[in-house]
Amino acid sequence: MSRPKNQNYKGHGLSKGKEREQRAPIRFKTALMNTLMDVLRHRPGWVEVKDEGEWDFYWCDVSWLRENFDHTYMDEHVRISHFRNHYELTRKNYMVKNLKRFRKQLEREAGKLEAARCDFFPKTFELPSEYHLFVEEFRKNPGITWIMKPVARSQGKGIFLFRRLKDITDWRKDTRNSDDQKDDIPVENYVAQRYIENPYLIGGRKFDLRVYVLVMSYIPLRAWLYRDGFARFSNTRFTLNSIDDQYVHLTNVAVQKTSPDYHPKKGSKWMLQRFRQYLTSKHGPQAVETLFRDMDNIFIKSLQSVQKVIISDKHCFELYGYDILIDQDLKPWLLEVNASPSLTASSQEDYELKTCLLEDTLHVVDMEARLTGREKRVGGFDLMWNDGPVSREEGPPDLSGMGNFVTNTHLGCVNDRKKQLRQLFCSLQVQKKASS
Amino acid sequence: MLQEESDLSLIIAQIVQKLKGSNLYSQLERQAWASLQRPEIKLESLKEDIKEFFKISGWEKKLQNAVYSELSVFPLPSHPAAPPEHLKEPLVYMRKAQGNWEKRILKSLNSMCTELSIPLARKRPVGEQKELLNKWNEMGTDEPDLSLFRPVYAPKDFLEVLINLRNPNYENGDSLSFRTHLGLIQVPLKVKDIPELKECFVELGLNTGQLGIDDSTQVPPELFENEHVRIGQKVLAEQDSAAAQQYIRQGSPTALRAELWALILNISSEPEDVLYYEQLKTNVIQHDLLVDSLIYKDVKLTASNDDYYFVFEDYLYQVLLCFSRDTSVLSHFAYNSASPPKSYIRGKLGLEEYAVFYPPNGVIPFHGFSMYVAPLCFLYHEPSKLYQIFREMYVRFFFRLHSISSHPSGIVSLCLLFETLLQTYLPQLFYHLREIGAQPLRISFKWMVRAFSGYLATDQLLLLWDRILGYNSLEILAVLAAAVFAFRAVNLMEVTSLAAAEAVLADLSTLKVMPLLQIFLFATVT
Repeated sequence: MSRPKNQNYKGHGLSKGKEREQRAPIRFKTALMNTLMDVLRHRPGWVEVKDEGEWDFYWCDVSWLRENFDHTYMDEHVRISHFRNHYELTRKNYMVKNLKRFRKQLEREAGKLEAARCDFFPKTFELPSEYHLFVEEFRKNPGITWIMKPVARSQGKGIFLFRRLKDITDWRKDTRNSDDQKDDIPVENYVAQRYIENPYLIGGRKFDLRVYVLVMSYIPLRAWLYRDGFARFSNTRFTLNSIDDQYVHLTNVAVQKTSPDYHPKKGSKWMLQRFRQYLTSKHGPQAVETLFRDMDNIFIKSLQSVQKVIISDKHCFELYGYDILIDQDLKPWLLEVNASPSLTASSQEDYELKTCLLEDTLHVVDMEARLTGREKRVGGFDLMWNDGPVSREEGPPDLSGMGNFVTNTHLGCVNDRKKQLRQLFCSLQVQKKASS
Repeated sequence: MLQEESDLSLIIAQIVQKLKGSNLYSQLERQAWASLQRPEIKLESLKEDIKEFFKISGWEKKLQNAVYSELSVFPLPSHPAAPPEHLKEPLVYMRKAQGNWEKRILKSLNSMCTELSIPLARKRPVGEQKELLNKWNEMGTDEPDLSLFRPVYAPKDFLEVLINLRNPNYENGDSLSFRTHLGLIQVPLKVKDIPELKECFVELGLNTGQLGIDDSTQVPPELFENEHVRIGQKVLAEQDSAAAQQYIRQGSPTALRAELWALILNISSEPEDVLYYEQLKTNVIQHDLLVDSLIYKDVKLTASNDDYYFVFEDYLYQVLLCFSRDTSVLSHFAYNSASPPKSYIRGKLGLEEYAVFYPPNGVIPFHGFSMYVAPLCFLYHEPSKLYQIFREMYVRFFFRLHSISSHPSGIVSLCLLFETLLQTYLPQLFYHLREIGAQPLRISFKWMVRAFSGYLATDQLLLLWDRILGYNSLEILAVLAAAVFAFRAVNLMEVTSLAAAEAVLADLSTLKVMPLLQIFLFATVT
């Protein structure tokens, strides 16, 4: 890994290499106090280290990463839960840039049709730098609605909708002339994005999907897709008439929690299995298959677009929360990617989902060195991309592009993870015994 | 022989009488007239040619479905001289009990009305009408003050009534014998035992493929599922009600369920039906009924708090408010032991000319009523179709779950069936629960009254309701209730109080319905 930048580096990890005792405890550290803490504390053979102790595994937050990653030395086996420059994927303006560049490259290499498969991101312009481009696009499509999002904030803060340029020229003036605006506070970057006006509605309500993708490395690209996830519903009925009603349009639970209609007893969430069943009963299995294939496409293309930019450190892994919106034509759109998806549980069901998600994440990270590395499924995670598409079928992949290639993803399908884990670890034990 | 023939001709006459007033009749007439233009219809053989035409064009199938529907819904007359009350309920003591129960409900409703000084019905001022029309698709956002309203009754009140039901001609005797029934229900109705149930539910057997079992991930679809889906598509193409009912006994594929149910219930969305629904909607806009507040309260208390059904809150209002005003529902009281409550115009109490049915459809909602509609929202998204399906489900099945009758699918029989199954096949469990003061029926009653809606996971519930439609009977609810107890028997044997027993059975959302039923009926040593 990187050489220490100065003498004050902190060394982490056990000094011994291969003679590591099988029973040596795995020392973990995390600042989060929610489901993650529960999962880590209950994991057999893992002990918590506090403060300045040495650790083997750190589920850090992004601010720590920014300040400390560059001058931290890590042993080979040490794992940390973020990539150094994950913001290439998660900050809205960078993601747009990377995706646009990737799309151009794809068009050069594989033609317009293939490039069109990158059109899952609504047209976005960075402000203030692309203001003029934005105005041009705005004028070309009069009357449509746009959404303004701050680049770096989360939980729905600072977002508003608009239809007239006047709304944002006013806003620009406000932010420029505001007395509170001192020179040392940086002007925030925003993106203006085309608002999807025909979202798919269930019960008259708008919703978005939260899907979990685990990336173990970028070069080569290895990504896992979790079978469970949920649909988050807006509390109020969807209508384009009330642009100012933030509660209608933003489905983040954080925003919904402050809505006067919010009743905590109401989950406002559907598990993906329920969502998938609902769609199947309404549209039939083929249409739903196509929708989920399109979503797979979103995950993979978005990761590929930042593959060359992200510093692929072997110590790093990352669990992303993808936010997807479905429109009335059953086309999925990518809203954003979260590097730190919320791990706090809003209900019992939510708690179970996140607990299982984190347990399986730790299984895949495999600090205990139990896996062979050839597994296609671990608990609720299916290996979606392994330096190439992964097929559901056994045997060598059929790369000719013909034949019935079915990707190894099962989003919204049955998640019999306990059984699978039992079988997996049993067979691994047997293999180990056989080879020793 | 002669008796059967005259019975048959009586039935035919009745069905013809009923269908003559229906939409289908006028449609067939129109079709027959129109067909005269066709070249193959010749004057010499007019009757045969038209019949042939009907066969080919699918109209005969429609007629067949309508007849089948009538046969399924209307009970056959037992004797030509039987008075109409016998069609509602042949046993006098049951009729009396139902009448008394209704008096109580109405009293409760009237007293709430006087307490709150709210009229049973009032015409809305124009401003309010406009507002409601605008908000029609999002009535759930309304937060009226419902704190003063109470549901008219809850299932447990009804249970108390059933427990006190007695047949005056039947002497139980003080001495206990092996014939004594140890449960809560003490009326002697004939219920099936497991061998009879096995015969009745033969398609649920171990050797027959089932959706809910044989479509699980471990079973390759070629073994059963693919073929079953293919047959389902064929049944839909043929548009045959009877075939669909037979088919659905093995479960319905998710993608075909909405259409299959519509076919079995013989619902086709004609423009007249949509118009009828719109008319009901207008009635809702123009008049406000006291029961509307009861409906609001019920939805807010039950469906809105459910993790999965909260999304459909608005649909529930749209269906239930219209349902209260639908006078066509009154026709089901011909075979329902209940009778619609009557109310009198102010100041004219007792004068029959001033009596109206209240609510207009004669059905007073109770706590949990909206849960009958909620699962249907999963399948039907167009309000008038959703409405029709719910109405048909109500007048075929759901009404039996809250009226006192001796019908084998009535709630009394279901309770007795449940208790008898438990007492006969799980005697140790039954005795233990009874000893600790946790009579099993006290726990399972609410499941059966709601047809398990809100207790099971939705996909499991729909598989269960598939079978209700397939067998045209609600007995499967009692069998499932017993099967649930059998499944959790080990835990139940260890509890020592009613509260603890309730806790063991509080969460049914992880249960898989079909394996439970199959094991209980076919794989348990009897």
